[in-house]
Amino acid sequence: MPNVIEAARLTKTFGAVTAVDRVSFEVRRGEIFGFLGPNGAGKTTTTRMLTGVVPMDGGSVRIFGHDIRKEPVRAKQRFGVVPETSNAYVELTAWQNLMLMGDLYGIGRTHSERRSRDLLETLGLYGRRDQKVRGYSKGMKQRLILAMALLHEPELLFLDEPTSGLDVQSTQTILVLLRDLNTDGTTIFLTTHNMEEANRLCDRIGIIRAGKIVAIDAPERLKTAIDRLHRLEVSFDRPVSADVLAGLDGVAEADRTGDKWRIVTEDPDLVIRSLVAFSSDCGAAILTLNTLAPSLDEVFLRLTGEERP
Amino acid sequence: MNPAAYGEQARRAWAIARKDIRVYYLKGPVLIFGIFMPVFLFLAFFLGGRDLPLAFLLSGLVGMTLFFTATAVSPAIFPWEGQARTLERLAACPVTIEAIVLGDMIASVLFGIGVTAVTILIAVGLGLPLLHGIVLGVSIPIAACCFSAIGMLLAVPPTNVPSNIMMLSTLLKFPLVFISGIFLPLEQMPAWGLMLAACSPLTYFTDIVRYAFSGAHHFPVMVDIAALTLFALVFTAAAMRLHRRSMPRRI
Repeated sequence: MPNVIEAARLTKTFGAVTAVDRVSFEVRRGEIFGFLGPNGAGKTTTTRMLTGVVPMDGGSVRIFGHDIRKEPVRAKQRFGVVPETSNAYVELTAWQNLMLMGDLYGIGRTHSERRSRDLLETLGLYGRRDQKVRGYSKGMKQRLILAMALLHEPELLFLDEPTSGLDVQSTQTILVLLRDLNTDGTTIFLTTHNMEEANRLCDRIGIIRAGKIVAIDAPERLKTAIDRLHRLEVSFDRPVSADVLAGLDGVAEADRTGDKWRIVTEDPDLVIRSLVAFSSDCGAAILTLNTLAPSLDEVFLRLTGEERP
Repeated sequence: MNPAAYGEQARRAWAIARKDIRVYYLKGPVLIFGIFMPVFLFLAFFLGGRDLPLAFLLSGLVGMTLFFTATAVSPAIFPWEGQARTLERLAACPVTIEAIVLGDMIASVLFGIGVTAVTILIAVGLGLPLLHGIVLGVSIPIAACCFSAIGMLLAVPPTNVPSNIMMLSTLLKFPLVFISGIFLPLEQMPAWGLMLAACSPLTYFTDIVRYAFSGAHHFPVMVDIAALTLFALVFTAAAMRLHRRSMPRRI
């Protein structure tokens, strides 16, 4: 699968502070890549360097093979950007903002008008297309800048906190659209604080802390990778001896908590097989069996060093 | 389509110019400022120096009108856009910084030419004969480009507070008016005054306007036009180069 974004040793300093420190990663074609990190970790600065909005002090960025420093226009022609803060022209109407985008991306007027109509209808703004953006709510502005970013049918979409502070309806509209776009082949680079959103949407996640990448992987793999020891919870329809459970293959510890057993292991697959075999051999039916993987929140807190005592 | 080609970037600069006109220029206060500011300056001078001929005064008025209108709004556009974060939107679009500067300049040039045309009509209406209309017609767009580039140069400091830029703009614009032969004919200036006047592009435009309305001029007309063209090219190139450096610091 070819890479759409290739960032290599990306660096940005502000005076004595290194905001982004030799960050390297790739985003593959067709994936949704989540970019997470605490406030001030360097997410927005990294995104701005990737999109060619601010120059980098070191390293390189290639978007669809175009060096963002040497061929910024060709690279920018192929992606759209949705920043966290709406930056549509509030003195213009939604329609005028979209026509401006059409002109800036070199799209013919007829195509611009057809595409604008479709996008505004999808995003529920068509009825308000001739109203100045100044009178829009936050959710409407956010939907409009999404439409502005999508007008030229980009192959890559950068989104910075696209649902931050929005109501449930606007959030849902945007998330459904993002999923549909991805299904149709658009690669998405999503900066977010929302772990649930990242967990549900992203194929892979990169976590940045203090300007450095601390982890990149699929959400489920990140969850299982942060602990060498994994936990399982099991309950049976009759009492079971602790010694018997502790003696099963793969079990490191077995503690009773209420009517359940909490098992610690390095190899959850082996333990599940042992439990099933034990259940079959001694006739103790398994009532519940859960693997207790850490949540993405826990992964984030652990990797960014923000875990509370 | 090659989005980086000069022709394509020029089309996108034109889109930025239309946006500027809609968002920043077609506002009541801006239009009122563009028309009344030179008129009030002219009246103040007219009432204080009645011995000067009308042709001299109206030529100065036309010069001031173009200078003030072409530099009225353009210095504040970058700070306004930085403040509203729309500059980040433009920076993420496939347009070069040169195209953004060019777009802002085109809007400023059109505004300057439009308001100046009204002033010329008033001058003609007051009975002033337009002796060399073609020379004036050629020099107005060149001077408008030159003044608009000055406006863009004033916008270079990377602040997003428009009032800071406007204060700097006023500090530089008014002295320029006083050394450019608008209130005092170049012929009456001391040698050091003439040297200063030669450094101001407004001097050459005012000289052309005077020639167009009265036939009198201090420098040869071709020198006036060449000087204006040179100033326009140098200021435009400098504005584009300097904005390339300062724009990322606004975002």
